[in-house]
Amino acid sequence: METNTDTGVKVRFVRTAGLQAADILDQINREKDRNRASRFNKKIKGISISIIRALFLIGVSYIILMPLLEKLVTSFMTEADIFDQTVRWIPRNFTLDNYRVTWKAMNYPVSFFNTLLLTLTVSILQLISCTAVAYGIGRFKFPGNKFIFSLAVFTLVVPPTMITVPLSLNFKYFTFFGLLPEPGISLLNSYWPFILISATAVGLRNGLFIYVMRQFFKGMPRDLEEAAYVDGAGVFKTFYRIMLPGAIPGLVVIFLFSFVWQWNDYFYNTIFLSGQGNFLLQALQGAALKALDGDHNKLKSQYASIIRHTGMILYIAPLLVLYAFMQRYFIESIQRTGIVG
Amino acid sequence: MKKRLSFKQRRILAGYLFSLPFLLGFTLFFFYPFIQAFIFSFNELVISREGFVLNFKGFDNYGYILNVHPDFLRIFVETILDTITNVPLVLAFSFFAALVLNQRFKGRFLARTIFFLPVILSAGIIIQMDIDDMVTQLLHGARNAELIFTGVGLRNLLMNTKLPEGFIEFILGAVDRIPDIIRASGIQILIFLAGLQSIPPSIYEAADVEGATGWESFWLITFPMMSPIILTNAVYTIIDTFLTTTNEVVMLVRDEAIMGAGYGVSMAMAVLYFVMILIILGITIKVSSRWVFYQE
Repeated sequence: METNTDTGVKVRFVRTAGLQAADILDQINREKDRNRASRFNKKIKGISISIIRALFLIGVSYIILMPLLEKLVTSFMTEADIFDQTVRWIPRNFTLDNYRVTWKAMNYPVSFFNTLLLTLTVSILQLISCTAVAYGIGRFKFPGNKFIFSLAVFTLVVPPTMITVPLSLNFKYFTFFGLLPEPGISLLNSYWPFILISATAVGLRNGLFIYVMRQFFKGMPRDLEEAAYVDGAGVFKTFYRIMLPGAIPGLVVIFLFSFVWQWNDYFYNTIFLSGQGNFLLQALQGAALKALDGDHNKLKSQYASIIRHTGMILYIAPLLVLYAFMQRYFIESIQRTGIVG
Repeated sequence: MKKRLSFKQRRILAGYLFSLPFLLGFTLFFFYPFIQAFIFSFNELVISREGFVLNFKGFDNYGYILNVHPDFLRIFVETILDTITNVPLVLAFSFFAALVLNQRFKGRFLARTIFFLPVILSAGIIIQMDIDDMVTQLLHGARNAELIFTGVGLRNLLMNTKLPEGFIEFILGAVDRIPDIIRASGIQILIFLAGLQSIPPSIYEAADVEGATGWESFWLITFPMMSPIILTNAVYTIIDTFLTTTNEVVMLVRDEAIMGAGYGVSMAMAVLYFVMILIILGITIKVSSRWVFYQE
């Protein structure tokens, strides 16, 4: 009796087990099919994503590069090419004359050198002052250091015109804050306004530089600094021997941005130099008129436009060269500064 | 006998010493002119050879710029409206661009190089000359292929679709803005990229194991993790648009001081502008702080 029921159970068991196994096998097969299909779908999805991505990247790049390319192409054209409706991107009468004329009209070597000197002065001073201030408020605890930091951020939200217009008056009748007799001396049309505001870390967007460098110094390990103190280094020695070398990526970023913004600056340059002096900016503004031998009537001509385009290329060429060499620093700049945490 | 300073005292002293340049600069070349700007805005400023004299005029300058000045109110309102429309568009574009540039693909470095190029090419003088040149080109009617491409062509295309006219104008306006938006997004893209890379990959892996789709992990991980950076970027974009030196109000203030109605009027404009920027920044931070997610 016992064995009989036993075999019955066994048979039933084997039957159900077999059914289950078949079921499972079936399921596995179906899964495989589905996987194959989904892999195929994924492949299609991947390809279409890359196509959409390529279209997006090419479109945006076109919009960014188009004005630059157009200037570059125009600068190699003759006036006849401009009027020729069939000429679009490739000049029919390729010429370097525009560069020869514009180079001379802008007095390029001199104006380039003056601009470079002013830009280097400003960016090096800003680099030194902003780094020092950022180190002071980022690394030392003293009463008011949070307050000083908030002042630096505050300088960013005040429109620059609101400060520079009264400032230019102060520089025009500069009495050294009462030390010199009225009406004082005029510092306008000299490097002094630039030097004074850069050396004291209140130049163009210096609040941003202080902010970035402060984040940078705050993120540096404490042990390094303490080890230097234990070894008997003073505060300043620790700063330039230990902390500064560690902050080089941040310093490069500050310097590059300061350089580019100063080179491109239109605002301080026209207010403090009142449009005078032999700088690239003034040279570019006057280039077309000079190339036309002072004939105002032709300023709206196509030829004047070609000269202006050539001048703009000459103006931004040094920055493009700088960017070509330093692009890695620009592009990785924000990761390096750890501004986002 | 001179007492040696303790370590703590020396560090306090060093902190002040390092901050000294900024304290000087802030007082002399920032705060002093800042106060002067307020004072000037209530005065008429007369310049003579010996310096300048102030004649108190009360709120006359403000009355003048709001009621009499031909351009100020229009440019002021236009700038605000422009900024309010541009900021969300710049944020959306740069966020999307950063998501794309964060993917792995061939030519990624080149794409990043190009996308960041506008930061280098943002010279005020070039922008100014381009605008002048555009006018010249239009007068001559030559080489306006771009205008035909975006303006007329698209307009004809849309007119044929029989959509409401207001909607068509909106689309055309948005299309006109595209180049400006793209060119204003360089630094924002960098900030977003850095933010995207700071999200630990382990969170995405965990989500993947739990069966989350890419769509879900974007809205439930990427977006909340990026929200503080979106706020940072929003503030940066607002400041950048309002204070960039090619901004129309900024230019107007400068021109008015040097060759227009004088320093008093110019500073009254600057003060109004400053107050407006503070209000807009305040609203932005107040509104957005509700949905910003902080990990800590």
